[in-house]
Amino acid sequence: MSTTFAAAIREGLATALAADDSVICFGLGTDDPKGVFGTTLDLHKQFGSDRVFDMPTSEAAMTGIAIGAALNGLRPVLTHQRLDFALLSLDQLVNNAAKWRFMFGGQRGVPITIRMIIGRGWGQGPTHSQSLQSWFAHIPGLKVVMPTTAADAKTLLLGSIFDDDPVIFLEHRWLHNMQGDVPAGDVREPLGKARVVRSGDAVTIVAMSYMTVEALHAVDHLAAQGIACDLIDLRSIRPLDWPAVIASVQKTGRLLALDPGHLTGGVAGEIVARIATDHFTSLNCAPQRLAAPDVPEATSPALTKDYHVRAEHIAQAVGRMLGREVETASLIAQRQFPHDVPGNWFSGPF
Amino acid sequence: MNAETSRRLLFDMLRIRSVEETIAARYGEQTMRCPTHLSVGQEAVAAAAGAVLKPTDLAVSGHRAHAHYLAKGGSLKAMIAEIYGKVTGCSRGKGGSMHLIDESVGFMGSTAIVGGTVPVGVGLAYPMKLNNTGQISCVFLGDAVPETGVFFESVNFAVVKQLPVLFLCENNGYSVYSPLSVRQPPGRKLYELVAGFGLKTFHGDGNDVRAVHAALSEGVAAIRAGEGPRFYEFETYRWREHCGPNYDNDIGYRSVAEYEAWKLRDPVPALRRALIAEGAISDADVAAMQAAIDAEIAEAFAFAEASPFPDACDAFTDVYAADAFAPAAG
Repeated sequence: MSTTFAAAIREGLATALAADDSVICFGLGTDDPKGVFGTTLDLHKQFGSDRVFDMPTSEAAMTGIAIGAALNGLRPVLTHQRLDFALLSLDQLVNNAAKWRFMFGGQRGVPITIRMIIGRGWGQGPTHSQSLQSWFAHIPGLKVVMPTTAADAKTLLLGSIFDDDPVIFLEHRWLHNMQGDVPAGDVREPLGKARVVRSGDAVTIVAMSYMTVEALHAVDHLAAQGIACDLIDLRSIRPLDWPAVIASVQKTGRLLALDPGHLTGGVAGEIVARIATDHFTSLNCAPQRLAAPDVPEATSPALTKDYHVRAEHIAQAVGRMLGREVETASLIAQRQFPHDVPGNWFSGPF
Repeated sequence: MNAETSRRLLFDMLRIRSVEETIAARYGEQTMRCPTHLSVGQEAVAAAAGAVLKPTDLAVSGHRAHAHYLAKGGSLKAMIAEIYGKVTGCSRGKGGSMHLIDESVGFMGSTAIVGGTVPVGVGLAYPMKLNNTGQISCVFLGDAVPETGVFFESVNFAVVKQLPVLFLCENNGYSVYSPLSVRQPPGRKLYELVAGFGLKTFHGDGNDVRAVHAALSEGVAAIRAGEGPRFYEFETYRWREHCGPNYDNDIGYRSVAEYEAWKLRDPVPALRRALIAEGAISDADVAAMQAAIDAEIAEAFAFAEASPFPDACDAFTDVYAADAFAPAAG
């Protein structure tokens, strides 16, 4: 059945709540009339306010409370309407959730899922648009999931909720209205498997979350010019499906890593480093990466025009790696909606 | 209070005191290779809480947790082995003195970041309320914790949801070397500050173990009856240095006179004298208690010394439920 990414998240939550009484779901606005962009809408009516509830604006404590509830048998799902809000909870995530299993000798894990929504455009500005997956992926003990499709939104969310470790589940706001076929029922996708979205032998493009959408536009545009790329949607940042990346690079000999976060210290840099150090002889040219620049995202649309990586940048990078001219004018012309919205469906406010 | 409970309180305080003093005495051997925060002088609140809580109640604590762990019933052998870094330790050598756990008696964990386990303890209580289990969650904390944001956030949620939480504060007057006077304005009382969140708060002499026991008995019964969370502040004093086996009155952050005044209020001999005066116990009984404790401690240290270290490869395990992903392969 075709549905939106946001509706798929809601379906995943409803499926988990119905399947297991230990699942609870809370976060700011969870049971309000908008239901976190529709992702939690009316779930409290079906499952009761003990299991689905709003919370005080106390990100740190509510994360610790999720941890304590998990240690006492529950599987909490905590939602932040922006990733940036979750920064208030880093001590609980890094020192408690990520460490509990290890520092107590493996006695008990912390099966929590923390949904964080990454904003972009429409003036989200410096503190509503950060894509900090590399921070969380740096921490042993955390898992980091970044779905792209509606199907993955549901099945990876179910996989995360029923995973026995703490999972940071990163949803890009620009994906919420994406349509896709979603499997019915309780389908739990295990974490750590990438998906090859397009197959080709020219360049390996590694993407995640919304970058996969931009990469798809680029890859399909390049295909019409006779350039076939491998496009890998990582889906999970930690664990990262290295065998899938390595197999592709061994086929293509060229690596372009994409990252919606800042360039320095990012996931794309880690992928480039691992391939360059361990699989150097598989490479025919220097590995490349495209990421957000090392400055905060400004608010005015006049200041964000060239901030994010777009399909034409990806196509041009592939051309440079192959040493050939690629045509991108028609690609740019096809996508003439304003640069600060994901499409006509989005008219603000956040 | 019946004589049996009084004798238990004396035994538990003597046991905690003796364990801590043995650690201090042997720390110089360099075989306990982790920071230790000893509870000498502060035994009364832990012993009273241990006697009031049921084994099925849950508890969490912070960096100075030996007394809480032992009073809740945690294994002494596993604690000493943990401080020795041995595989038989309660955290298999991965936690040390500041990360104690014994789930078999409801001691769910102590951690090293001030305030860090407060929300965890509140979270433990959420399913208790949801499933009406009749348990309570005890959060041990020190006087620095009501300076952290996460403490107030946690208290607020416990009040909003009327969770069965006992917030149990030992106020020993110092956060490392910083006195309360540089951390709170003049005249402020922690229990009055916390009361602003809409829960019942109490305070008392943390070195009068029978008074603490009486207060907590009433409080725990009320919490268990569904009356919501409570906060108890008990004033006490840490005798030895913040971290380590020594005395540090010479470095100038507190006066010898202050220390000596608190030593006169030592909770252990105070109870012993009272029980002997009341005829509830004899000198011979106390000697027998001490002998039993000394034997147990000797056995625990021998166990720790004789236990093997973890395998070096254990450094890479227990990161995830399935360790397949832990050391990422190239």
